[in-house]
Amino acid sequence: MTSSKKGDVLLVMRDLRIEGQADEKWHEIVRGIDLTLRRGEVLGLIGESGAGKSTIGIAGMGFTRPGCRFSSGTVTFDGIELTGAPEETKRRLRGSRIAYVAQSAAASFNPAHKLIKQFAEAPVQHGVLNAGQAAKDAVDIYRRLQMPEPDTIGFRYPHQVSGGQLQRAMVAMAMACKPDLIVFDEPTTALDVTTQIEVLAAIKDIVHQFNTAAIYITHDLAVVAQLADRIMVLRHGKLIEEGETRAMLAHPKEAYTGQLLAVRSYRRDEFPPSQDDPPLLEVRGISAGYGPLIKVLDDVSVKIGHKRTVAVVGESGSGKSTLARVITGLLPPYQGEILFKGQALPPSYKNRTKDQLRQVQMIYQMPDVALNPKQRVRDEIGRPLEFYLGMDAAARERRVKELLEMIELPAEFAERLPGELSGGQKQRICIARALAAEPELIICDEVTSALDQLVAEEILKLLQRLQDDLKVSYLFITHDLATVKAISDEIVVMLQGRVVQQGGKNAVLTPPHHEYTELLLSSVPEMDPDWLDDLLAKRAS
Amino acid sequence: MDKILKMVAQRLALGVGTLFVVSLIIFGAVQLLPGDLAEAILGQAATEETVAAFRRELQLDLPAHERYLNWLFGILQGDLGRSLANQREISELIGKRLLNTLFLAGMAAAISVPLAVTLGVLAALYRNSFFDRMVNMATLTTISFPEFFVAYILVLILAVNIGMFPSISNVSSDLDFWDRVYRSFLPALTLTLVVVAHMMRMTRAAIINLLASPYIEMASLKGIKRARIITHHALPNALSPIINVIVINLAFLIVGVVIVEVVFVYPGLGQLMVDSVSKRDIPVVQACSLIFAATYVLLNLTADILSILSNPRLMHPR
Repeated sequence: MTSSKKGDVLLVMRDLRIEGQADEKWHEIVRGIDLTLRRGEVLGLIGESGAGKSTIGIAGMGFTRPGCRFSSGTVTFDGIELTGAPEETKRRLRGSRIAYVAQSAAASFNPAHKLIKQFAEAPVQHGVLNAGQAAKDAVDIYRRLQMPEPDTIGFRYPHQVSGGQLQRAMVAMAMACKPDLIVFDEPTTALDVTTQIEVLAAIKDIVHQFNTAAIYITHDLAVVAQLADRIMVLRHGKLIEEGETRAMLAHPKEAYTGQLLAVRSYRRDEFPPSQDDPPLLEVRGISAGYGPLIKVLDDVSVKIGHKRTVAVVGESGSGKSTLARVITGLLPPYQGEILFKGQALPPSYKNRTKDQLRQVQMIYQMPDVALNPKQRVRDEIGRPLEFYLGMDAAARERRVKELLEMIELPAEFAERLPGELSGGQKQRICIARALAAEPELIICDEVTSALDQLVAEEILKLLQRLQDDLKVSYLFITHDLATVKAISDEIVVMLQGRVVQQGGKNAVLTPPHHEYTELLLSSVPEMDPDWLDDLLAKRAS
Repeated sequence: MDKILKMVAQRLALGVGTLFVVSLIIFGAVQLLPGDLAEAILGQAATEETVAAFRRELQLDLPAHERYLNWLFGILQGDLGRSLANQREISELIGKRLLNTLFLAGMAAAISVPLAVTLGVLAALYRNSFFDRMVNMATLTTISFPEFFVAYILVLILAVNIGMFPSISNVSSDLDFWDRVYRSFLPALTLTLVVVAHMMRMTRAAIINLLASPYIEMASLKGIKRARIITHHALPNALSPIINVIVINLAFLIVGVVIVEVVFVYPGLGQLMVDSVSKRDIPVVQACSLIFAATYVLLNLTADILSILSNPRLMHPR
């Protein structure tokens, strides 16, 4: 499918406009999109959140989410105009000729039914296959997607299989009626890098085998580069640039595409290790878990020096966040100790002094839920000033202004409520709140994962500048190796509650690696369109 | 399955504990009732000696805690005691009436539960349509009137004006099944009208609550028909709250039917209890209360078990 010009035209959108309702008014969220997709072709839609890519994708099925509507333009699938078609016409196409793969398989599978029943539902309801044939088909497709135990896995409930398997089961379900077109809506965004590879390989393989056309929606250019013949870059509901994948990666025409391409290039050098003794924070032989049986951390030891950034990497479930909970005293460990500047910290935060609490602050993954929606920025940042430093109202007012300046937001923002801020701005407020306590160590728990890549990069740069100015240390918890490369001095690689490798950034990132570190590093998608094929060939050999 | 058996055993033990506490409360509350059986039976004219002798004979002169323990040990041995008013075995007195009450409750449940769930599903399917509004309005209307009012209206229309059903439900054990159903129809219909709104609205709300879930959107994008989405995708996941509301209403059908029984002179447990209170027949009141409490405990246990059976996460752990 390297030639995208083969085959007949399957899907056409002409000057498509879609409106969404907010505050009793209709706003245009897709503003005049033209799109042509041929049989067997894979088209990548890429852009940040709010670009309208997902809305355009499901518009290809003649579907708009509640609160949205087609305002003008056409969507024509194989000669059938969908925006004005009766519901019954569209229903017959959906699932049988156009299928959908959602971002979160865990949420999009019905928890009440077994996988194979959900696989069989569309073909049986559309009258394509009977239940017995559908069950046979399911096993065949499960096998093609290299799912473990293809004969029996379908008889499990969604909660009984892993995230990567569930995502593949959803791809299989989309294939059930051998559709002409599949809309993939960020199918790997919620997965770990190592799992993402399996799913990407499965998708690439199956669309080839059945010569299915696909719209692949993602915010990650490196991911879409592996699959798409052609890419459309979207922003604010408009097309920025469209082109053949290789040509676009080699020579982006628009500045915005160039920014997206360059987004993972930010990187600073490792600072030379400080010789301070004792280190700022030392975690010695920590074992911890939830309840007596579930051990999440097993004999973990980490040192963090003054003005250093230590990155903790690992997949979900590796115990990274639990480590943060132990250090902050939210989860007292079974054994081991935590030393701050050589002094032992009490295991539970309840027994720590106010000053000990002040010295370790935290920034969370989801700024949306980490801020009280009813409190203004002034109170949000002012609270630690009052609690830890005992400042009066006038001093607080002055300090809030200074802190806002530090995080590069105008002083008027003190008046705002969290609902009036963007995701990146909210995360900046969380940073300011952590800084307000004047800590020496800030634990950053996946602080950029919920943000768009360009915004995330700005946050990383801000954190770096603050470290240069304030000499604060960071414990940076992340699953994203690009972030690790960008900001860390030292890296701690965790797997199933144990530290498998740790050391200076350059030492960890240059071979020879521990085999798990190697797996993690090699799983990060690169912009090269041949990366996935090469990697799979290499792993197979 | 082992897990469920273990849970049932745990809940049963808890239920017995609850009943023990309830027995204390019942006994305490009955002590607070004004009036005295001896005076009620012997009348104002009785001399003090007669009253004292009467009390001694019925062991009413013992201290409260002794009477409580006597009562409790009696129950543990299956002996509910004797009625003070007519000296008959309470178990014999209650047995038939309990069956009558269960028959009426069962009949009302057999009509109201399928009706409520069907109406709820249809209302969710045709949300905000004329049908939806009509069903909501009708059920709200029937629940808004007091039960005795609904009962008298039904008597007026169906018994007095049309004469289809008897206004007095004097069932007895020698009736055959259909005759029983015929005579119990009006009270059962009254109860149905009273409980259907609650269950129907919960069914509708529980389903609508799920309609924004990603798996419902997925089902639409698989081209599944709307009716099937509601019944196959939303309803199975909405079962837990629906079951709980149904069970609360079933419990009401058994223990809350006093007024309806009185209106239709239906020989059920509620009637017996009301009569016994007015006669100061304390052992009967206590026994009835305890049976009602046990009903609640058992039905709630059933609801818990059904909720677990309807949840694959609990039935099929990883």
